[in-house]
Amino acid sequence: MHELPVTESILDITLRHAKTHNATKVTDIYLVIGDWSSIIDDSVQFHWDILSDGTIAKGANLHFERIPVELFCLDCSQTYTPTDRELICPKCDGVRVKVMKGDEFNIDSIEIET
Amino acid sequence: MSKKVPVVEKILGANESLAEENRAKLDEHGVFGINLMASPGAGKTSVIEQTLPKLAERYRIAVIDGDIATSIDADRAAEAGADIAVQVNTGGNCHLDAIMLKKGMEEIDFSKIDLLLVENVGNLVCPANFMLGTHKSVLVASIPEGDDKPYKYPGMYRGVEALVINKIDLLPYIPFKMDYFRKGVEVLNADLVTFPLSCITQEGVDEWINWIIEEVEKNKK
Repeated sequence: MHELPVTESILDITLRHAKTHNATKVTDIYLVIGDWSSIIDDSVQFHWDILSDGTIAKGANLHFERIPVELFCLDCSQTYTPTDRELICPKCDGVRVKVMKGDEFNIDSIEIET
Repeated sequence: MSKKVPVVEKILGANESLAEENRAKLDEHGVFGINLMASPGAGKTSVIEQTLPKLAERYRIAVIDGDIATSIDADRAAEAGADIAVQVNTGGNCHLDAIMLKKGMEEIDFSKIDLLLVENVGNLVCPANFMLGTHKSVLVASIPEGDDKPYKYPGMYRGVEALVINKIDLLPYIPFKMDYFRKGVEVLNADLVTFPLSCITQEGVDEWINWIIEEVEKNKK
């Protein structure tokens, strides 16, 4: 349950950027979350509704863009998404990989009214 | 007027900035910091109890213990020979973050310390997300937890530099496929150094202690 501090951070960053752009309201927040970043969307939304109350970001829609994990096998150059039970390369059983996608944990943009 | 503005920031960037401040404070005094993470019961405190007496002659050691409640672990660290043991109760939080560590660090005179061991809250999910500012993060896994943990908690296995595999004395009694476990670990974290050990039989403990000594000495240079 680390969604509370995560949501606090999202709110802090949002309000800082909203202020820089003289926003009167924040309507949408676009988050980019890799599947290897553990966070529960509904829980963030729940905390958001409470924390954002009384700010110009109250009621803003949180959009979660989920990024599937993408691994690149350094032995056979296969690109693949691992399954729940196997992480090794499905083509050559290799374990030497480069993580291309899946670690993301960012706020990409916000939509504001000025 | 409505418009979309780019942000492109890490969500936990503020914590990471604070973690850098913690690191700077440690570096100012030449103190090496290790963050120990694990699920509850994996043996973080036991590993610390094994570690303290073996390093006590060489280093002055501080332990910061994060727990939701009680000072049991800090008491155990003090009894095992920590020069100072500080308990940080997280008030329900399931992890330590950089601010909590900073508060704990304020109780320590780092001019009198060489090594800081941080025992994070027992949890395989949340602590991985929150950098503390220590030099190395270590995960203590244990045989009874099962061989599928890397698959279930990839974030934790990706975010550490060393892996202690504790309770290897139980291998004969538990169906634990070491090969399956290790393959998962290797995909997630190819550079990970691993220390299979038992706090009961002492097997493997020396390798773990030697690694700490190497890392502390490397950091001094």
